[in-house]
Amino acid sequence: MDFALSEEQELLQQTLRGFIENECPPSVVRESFDAEAGPDPGLWKGLVELGIAGLLVPEERGGAGLGLLEAALAAEELGHGAVPAPFLGHALACVALVAGGSDAQKRRWLPALASGEAVASVALAEPSPEGSDAWDPAHWRCRIEDGRLRGRKAWVPQAAGADLLVVALAGGRLALAETGAGGVGIAPLDGVDRTRRLDAVDLDAAPAEPLEGDALPRVRDAGLVLLAADAFGAAYRLVRMSAEYAQSRQQFGQPIAQFQGLKHQLADMALDVDPTRSLWWYAAHAFDHLPAEAERAAALAKAHITDRAVQVARGAVRAHGGLGFTWECDVQIWFKRTLFDRAWLGTPEVHRERAAALGGW
Amino acid sequence: MDLRYGEAYDRLREEVRDFARRSWPPRGDEARLDEREQQIRFRRRAIEAGYLSRSVPAECGGGGRAVDVLAETVIRQELIAADVPWRSPSPQGTDMLVPTLLEEGTPEQCRRYIPPTLVGEMIWCQGYSEPGSGSDLGSLQSRAELDGDHWVLNGQKIWTSSAREADMMFGLFRTEAEPRSRGLSYLLIDMRTPGIEVRPLTMMTGGIDFCEVWFDDVRIPAESMVGRRGEGWKVSKATLKHERMLIGDASYLERAFEDLLRLARETRRDGRPAIEHADVRQRLAEIEGFVATQTWASHRMLSAIAADRDMTVINEMMMAKLSLTNTMERIAELSLDLLAEGGLTAPTTDEGGMRQGWRTPGKWVSNYMMSLGLSIAGGTSNIQRNLIGERILGLPRDLRP
Ligand SMILES: Cc1cc2nc3c(=O)[nH]c(=O)nc-3n(C[C@H](O)[C@H](O)[C@H](O)COP(=O)(O)OP(=O)(O)OC[C@H]3O[C@@H](n4cnc5c(N)ncnc54)[C@H](O)[C@@H]3O)c2cc1C
Repeated sequence: MDFALSEEQELLQQTLRGFIENECPPSVVRESFDAEAGPDPGLWKGLVELGIAGLLVPEERGGAGLGLLEAALAAEELGHGAVPAPFLGHALACVALVAGGSDAQKRRWLPALASGEAVASVALAEPSPEGSDAWDPAHWRCRIEDGRLRGRKAWVPQAAGADLLVVALAGGRLALAETGAGGVGIAPLDGVDRTRRLDAVDLDAAPAEPLEGDALPRVRDAGLVLLAADAFGAAYRLVRMSAEYAQSRQQFGQPIAQFQGLKHQLADMALDVDPTRSLWWYAAHAFDHLPAEAERAAALAKAHITDRAVQVARGAVRAHGGLGFTWECDVQIWFKRTLFDRAWLGTPEVHRERAAALGGW
Repeated sequence: MDLRYGEAYDRLREEVRDFARRSWPPRGDEARLDEREQQIRFRRRAIEAGYLSRSVPAECGGGGRAVDVLAETVIRQELIAADVPWRSPSPQGTDMLVPTLLEEGTPEQCRRYIPPTLVGEMIWCQGYSEPGSGSDLGSLQSRAELDGDHWVLNGQKIWTSSAREADMMFGLFRTEAEPRSRGLSYLLIDMRTPGIEVRPLTMMTGGIDFCEVWFDDVRIPAESMVGRRGEGWKVSKATLKHERMLIGDASYLERAFEDLLRLARETRRDGRPAIEHADVRQRLAEIEGFVATQTWASHRMLSAIAADRDMTVINEMMMAKLSLTNTMERIAELSLDLLAEGGLTAPTTDEGGMRQGWRTPGKWVSNYMMSLGLSIAGGTSNIQRNLIGERILGLPRDLRP
């Protein structure tokens, strides 16, 4: 029994961490966060050179042929650094193509996605006036007629800048649409997490072709795990930022960390976060190797970890006092990262109910 | 990453299963022995086979095998599943005293105390807490003074679990003039020595497990000390090294959660099983998030220890007690809501409260209370928070005397 990372996996993670510390320190994150335009493509290029774009693409298609665990390790680092990069949508588009693409579709797209020559994203949710779950395929209405895609999608991560969109159709099948082929209108949404911009996508007779296989369940499960890992990375960082701040900030003539009330809040935050590393590790491993357990493990991990992460992020603001409530303080950037992770693909409530149903309760 | 144990362990699993089937319940003449004697015989055979006290040296009555946490986990899983009396009749003895002696005891002490403790013939209690000294053990006042070749003990211990049944106590006593923990020594005390009085305390559940233990000029032989004079604090911490063997175990929590699921299935609310109600499902799934976290965190610790690498898991091991007791408290809270008017039932602590593995309302109420006991015993939750804050987050220590 070996529930540990291999040397290669550790190396991958360390390499990414080193790169992010150098190339994407908080000052760079902030610049991008406050900028009108989306993230700096230079940063993504650097990440692509480290192989991040092709992690999930098979070797024979020009990728690294690695599993979701490796992608989740990357997601942890991106969350830890609040890195403004189009990783989430890109990785999920790769999952969609690998799981559901025809040979021709794979040949056409996977090498380009792996090399970073093309960037992709996924358009899943639709606004639902009835207040139903926007991520529930039962409510989607996007359709293909005569090879043309019609419908509206929202909360698409970094659609602006993407070459390819994987679009979810009514009933849950997926289709490919090129953003440059006409009929794809992209409008920025005022999203909470400015490190991962969201767009609304208007599909008005966009040329599109359906994916051959039924890949949505794999895309969803992979997404749930990546969000959990991202939230873990962000929350872990917030706990450490708060502990550091508590040691430097003086009140009543001593570091505030000396006050046990605060010390215990910080300890509880660490307790909420640190052990959950193993929960997303397991969910990622199940996705790669234990198909019977994968779906439920992903649902539980996403619900639990993103829920804890948001609570921890609130604690981080409290620990920073008035400063923590300012735009100027970096805490708000990671705070918003966790809000994204919590809501995207559905709230903890939705996934807890799925876990209940899948558990036969 | 590979969650399979592999062929060697799968074979071990089969062997343990087979052993359990052959060895329990007792047959023939043994079936007529009293239960305690039956259990002692079972334990003796299991130790010989290397299934209990596996890594304790053979000359101390153990299995004499190399340390192998994976083997221990596989064995424990199978013994639990087979419902044999694998649980130590004296956890204080097997889990605390034995590792301490192995680390700090003389060969004579090991030879004398370890073998009977392992099989369950010698029951131990832990005499640390005193009325004035719980979290702050360094302040304890019970004294031992050397008089010729005897230590003479005076003072009082409190909340001492199993003191009534215990044959022996390991305890901390003040022997030196040095202040606080530097003045303490670690002593082994025969509970039948004249001058010891055990007064049972009734717990809030109505059960009796812990006691006051009074010492009035109790004379014990000078060689009853483990380690040197004034080193009692260090000796009492020696067990911590061994605790890592015990901690990577989420099975306690997993079973408690299974019981809770069963309660939710069998309890009716508004004419349907409670488990069909959305709010109950939400709370169950939230709790399962904590339980699964503990399960996989313990797998991670286990494989790190087995491979003797990645000791960052030590941090998470420090968190294990508080994670466990917090989750037990969540389970307890939901159980009380499910019980509804059943929560008006007085707690029952006797094992009769468990009918064929199913808990009666009184047993649930008792369980609800016991989750608090867990959060207090062995270092309260606040003490755990101090530990996490200081050792893991590097925050300053509390001001201490
Ligand atoms: C079921 C059970 C079994 C037990 N079995 C044994 C046994 O076999 N042997 C034995 O020796 N003892 C035993 N104990 C005693 C147990 O170890 C002590 O009760 C425990 O260490 C707490 O000490 P205390 O009761 O004096 O509480 P106190 O130390 O007085 O604590 C009271 C409250 O103050 C808080 N507190 C104390 N110090 C701090 C601090 N520095 N920072 C923040 N908060 C603080 C505590 O968290 C707690 O909430 C048992 C207790 C229970 C409940």
